[in-house]
Amino acid sequence: MLNITSILFYAFSIVLLGAATMVVIARNPVYATLYLVLAFFSAAAIFLLLGAEFLGLILILVYVGAVMVLFLFVVMMLDINLARLKEGFLSYLPLGLAIAALGVLELAMVYWTAPMGHIPAPAPFPGNYDNTRALGYVLYTQYLYPFEIAAAILLVAIIAAIALTLRRRSGTKSQRTEEQLRVQAKDRVHLVDLRANKH
Amino acid sequence: MNIQTLQDHFWWPVLWSVLKILVVVVPLLLAVAYLTLAERKVIGYIQVRLGPNRVGIKGSLQPIADAIKLLFKEIIIPSSANRFLFLAAPVLAFVPAMLVWAAIPFGPGMAISNMNAGLLYVLAIAGLGVYGIIVAGWASNSKYAFLGAMRAAAQLVAYEIAMGFALVGVLMVAQTLDLSKIVEAQAGGGFWSWYWLPLFPFFLIYFISGVAETNRAPFDVAEGESEIVAGFHVEYSGMAFALFFLAEYANMIFVSILTAILFLGGWYPPINLPPFTWVPGTAWLIAKTAFLLFVFLWIRATFPRYRYDQIMRLGWKVFIPVTIAWIVVIGIALETPLRVLLR
Repeated sequence: MLNITSILFYAFSIVLLGAATMVVIARNPVYATLYLVLAFFSAAAIFLLLGAEFLGLILILVYVGAVMVLFLFVVMMLDINLARLKEGFLSYLPLGLAIAALGVLELAMVYWTAPMGHIPAPAPFPGNYDNTRALGYVLYTQYLYPFEIAAAILLVAIIAAIALTLRRRSGTKSQRTEEQLRVQAKDRVHLVDLRANKH
Repeated sequence: MNIQTLQDHFWWPVLWSVLKILVVVVPLLLAVAYLTLAERKVIGYIQVRLGPNRVGIKGSLQPIADAIKLLFKEIIIPSSANRFLFLAAPVLAFVPAMLVWAAIPFGPGMAISNMNAGLLYVLAIAGLGVYGIIVAGWASNSKYAFLGAMRAAAQLVAYEIAMGFALVGVLMVAQTLDLSKIVEAQAGGGFWSWYWLPLFPFFLIYFISGVAETNRAPFDVAEGESEIVAGFHVEYSGMAFALFFLAEYANMIFVSILTAILFLGGWYPPINLPPFTWVPGTAWLIAKTAFLLFVFLWIRATFPRYRYDQIMRLGWKVFIPVTIAWIVVIGIALETPLRVLLR
């Protein structure tokens, strides 16, 4: 029985798989990035269909709204040599296919281990159910330590990335905003009292 | 056919949604058209000029004339441009600018879709408009357009973080992501119970980030007429250009109405006494939005354009630390008896 939710699910799934395939085989890196954006979007739509609006919207907000903008930013500025990019494609293909097969197998296991091969429909949510509140509650009580440790690791990664790329050269003439703001008229203008002389 | 049989019909939900969308989008596009006139008039008066005054009474039909002119202009596609993305970019800019309006409540429960994560939805969708700018800049294959796109991308990422943190403050105090409930949480004491007062830094930062996100002066370096001609839309003409224009002005109205909803009490009157309570709530919301739009124009007429590195400094080194600090302040206040000031 196809209801509207199933139709939407299959539509978004087909778009997602198509877009994900195009990310790998698109010749132009900018197109590949835009296909990845489409893939994220379709995945977010599937999350929304499952009633996980927080995950779906955060996926759009973080990945589409910020991460992919930076990706696009970098990809557009690089002069990418397509021939060299495609060189390793065939040699890596078996490994990629093996990992993909593993993923499919894991998903199939979920289906097979369900009683009678039939996954029960999720229980209907109570009227005042709030996906965001429920997720926040679990993250900050039951999974507090893993959550905080993950946050600390990310912070370390940010600081490490900045520390690795920060180079200070002496003698550059870049502007120092704090010095510019602190400046006063007497530092810049020297008024000289010239008296008119008779010659 | 009476209403009941119409509502039982299979296509009723689709028809009802389309009707709701039309009721929002048609006045919105009219508002965009007249916002362009208001901008030219307000800036005209600020600069002691009259502004447009030839078409219709005191220039009142100027937007119609502009629209007709743009419709009949030729769309020129540069020979070295990426044809598909060049034509897709204006659509990519325009669609998110319309999509955000799905969650905006115009009164208690009066939204196209009353979603319970409305705040997250508008934040997520509003960030997508930059794709139109970036793709336009890249597909045009022009150095000025490309520089504009790069600037827009960096600026958006910088200000979206501050904007998101400002909204985190609102949701901490309101304890909900539902835009209607955020407004209802500001009910009570009129002007003084709106969130602009306890969340004053967020109010300022959200609005300024909104100006930056819509690429309006003084943050309009993505266009930067004096340096990079017109930035990302330098190669566009006719309706393709008009779509960028529509998206920019619709985004301005969106930022204004969202500021009114989150910080200025939405549809509540400023004083809970007649005659203020006689005015319908939607009129108050529109009045607050109109005031904030005036501030947009006022800012544009007053301040010179920021230098690019100063924009980045303001976003990363001023706004983000201030919002993080104020989130901590709000968090502490909510856990102590001070919470009476916030609720």
